[in-house]
Amino acid sequence: MTLAEEEMAEELEAVQVPSRFRVVARRFFGMRQGLIGFVLLALMFVLAFFGPLLGHWSYTDKDFTAFLAPPSASHWWGTLQTGADVYALTLRGMQKSLLVGLLVGVISTAIAAVVGAFGGYFLGWTDRVLQWVVSLLLVLPSFLILAIMSPLFSGGAWVLFVIMLALFMWMITSRVVRGLTISIKEREFVAAARFMGVPAWKIIFQHIIPNMSSLLIVDATLNVSAAILTETVLSYFGFGIQPPDVSLGSLIADGSKTATYAPWTFWFAAGVLVVTVLAVNLIGDSLRDAFDPTSKRGK
Amino acid sequence: MAGFLFRRLVNYVVLTFVATSLAYMLAASALSPRANYLGRNPPLPAAAIDARLDELNLNDKTPLLERYGTWVSGVAHGDFGLTVQGDSVNEDLKRRAGVTFRLIIIGVFFGSFLGVAIGAYAAVKQYGWFDRLTTVASFFVLAVPTVVLATILVILGTQFNNLLGIPVVYVSGEATPGLTGGFFAHLLDRVQHLILPTISLSIGLIATFSRYQRNMMLDVLGADFIRTAMAKGMSRRAALTKHALRTALIPAVTYFAFTFGSLLVGATITEKVFNWPGLGQQLVNSITTNDVNTVAAIAFLTAIAVLFASLLADLLTAALDPRVRVS
Repeated sequence: MTLAEEEMAEELEAVQVPSRFRVVARRFFGMRQGLIGFVLLALMFVLAFFGPLLGHWSYTDKDFTAFLAPPSASHWWGTLQTGADVYALTLRGMQKSLLVGLLVGVISTAIAAVVGAFGGYFLGWTDRVLQWVVSLLLVLPSFLILAIMSPLFSGGAWVLFVIMLALFMWMITSRVVRGLTISIKEREFVAAARFMGVPAWKIIFQHIIPNMSSLLIVDATLNVSAAILTETVLSYFGFGIQPPDVSLGSLIADGSKTATYAPWTFWFAAGVLVVTVLAVNLIGDSLRDAFDPTSKRGK
Repeated sequence: MAGFLFRRLVNYVVLTFVATSLAYMLAASALSPRANYLGRNPPLPAAAIDARLDELNLNDKTPLLERYGTWVSGVAHGDFGLTVQGDSVNEDLKRRAGVTFRLIIIGVFFGSFLGVAIGAYAAVKQYGWFDRLTTVASFFVLAVPTVVLATILVILGTQFNNLLGIPVVYVSGEATPGLTGGFFAHLLDRVQHLILPTISLSIGLIATFSRYQRNMMLDVLGADFIRTAMAKGMSRRAALTKHALRTALIPAVTYFAFTFGSLLVGATITEKVFNWPGLGQQLVNSITTNDVNTVAAIAFLTAIAVLFASLLADLLTAALDPRVRVS
């Protein structure tokens, strides 16, 4: 083969290779459960953010002519004992739960990536201190600490709640990231960057963390569902999203008291929550397979 | 091996101490017991409130570190102080800890054994009907939070009882108060109360462990040493249980230590919904009543429980993995 022919062959090959993103996307949507999860989650988002535009009531309204009324034309999902519209309340709760879940998933994975990568890259004392913090946070009862701090979350300070929730969800991932970093930092491209005088923080952010993107994306997805569940539990006990705002957890807590004789107060909020978490879990599981080149699922 | 376990133990003790101290400081500065006495009609004199709070070591006018010092010296003698009602925290929690740990131990036993068994069997019959069924079922179960699950169980249990006309499963409390009858009547009564809370606590564990065990088992089943064992004449059943399952159990055991913390939260929910007089119920109550000493004592107990689970996981890993024992 002459030099020109070789160049030609390379060019031909370059045209045919699809980008990594497209490979992963094709594998992801080729899996039935990935597709189902994606469609379900998209529907949930549309319902949560565009559904309130269709309803007749806002979540702060109280209808004093209908207390604990079953679903009807004016109240699609019935009303609570206070006369509040279940449809409006549930969608408001969904918005909060989805927002909290997404933010916590992203923030906690970011913390895990940074702490794990710094610990694994520098080792020595940096690593020992970080690992000790990880063990300490694993031992600290997170539920209790979030519950004690709950008075601080009232008055629209739910962003603080998100941060505190994220602070207690990154530890196990950071251990995985640390292990991966230790093996990645022995690779040639990291050594090359180091010999060229690239500072350590730049190596970590530009070479090490991007090389773990698949793990981190999957993990962020699974953290979203874990965050939604934790938020629900805390709000159920009154330690999460504070009134007058609502979340699915506080709705389920109210609904469970009247569930036996007024099922609509419980089942709509519970159903929406289950479908959302199921969709996120399906997406996470399919993403893991889509990123894994040895997986046989998908096409 | 003994040295390794000893180092682990020392590390755990230090961690428990730091975690409990942090929990105390946070509770003592964030919760305000004084609020319990304010806003009464007629108003209490400030000096009386101070005297009462001093007696309970809850006065926010005393510096935090001084209160902490008093509390630590009490804990060193095995005394966790007084509740806001003035009772001993020790007496209150001793009774409650028994209730909670009974619930958790039975739940963990059922959850981990059934989960591991289901996961291992599903992996052996990969893509068979059992595997498909458990995969779909575990996806659904993992999407149902304990709060929802426990409430659904109460609804179903009530309907089940109504259907039969006699109470078969109880949905509230841990035992019938004032029950007369012999040992077996009491035992039956306890079991009837235990059924639904145990299901509520262990079904999530079964789902998690079966998924985890299935994946680990699949990794191991393709390994060379299983083929070698069978090639040397070992029966398939013996190779699967003695070599594959044992190897695949090691990561599950490590995972067990991590799930223990979330299990305590699960127990809190279960206790709340089924109205069990356990630690979780008291935790929620103590935060709403600003009971700093009880909060700190429960934090201590949960930290101890988590560390005990980690130590147990270390021991089990050593029992399963000869490499850990030798090194």
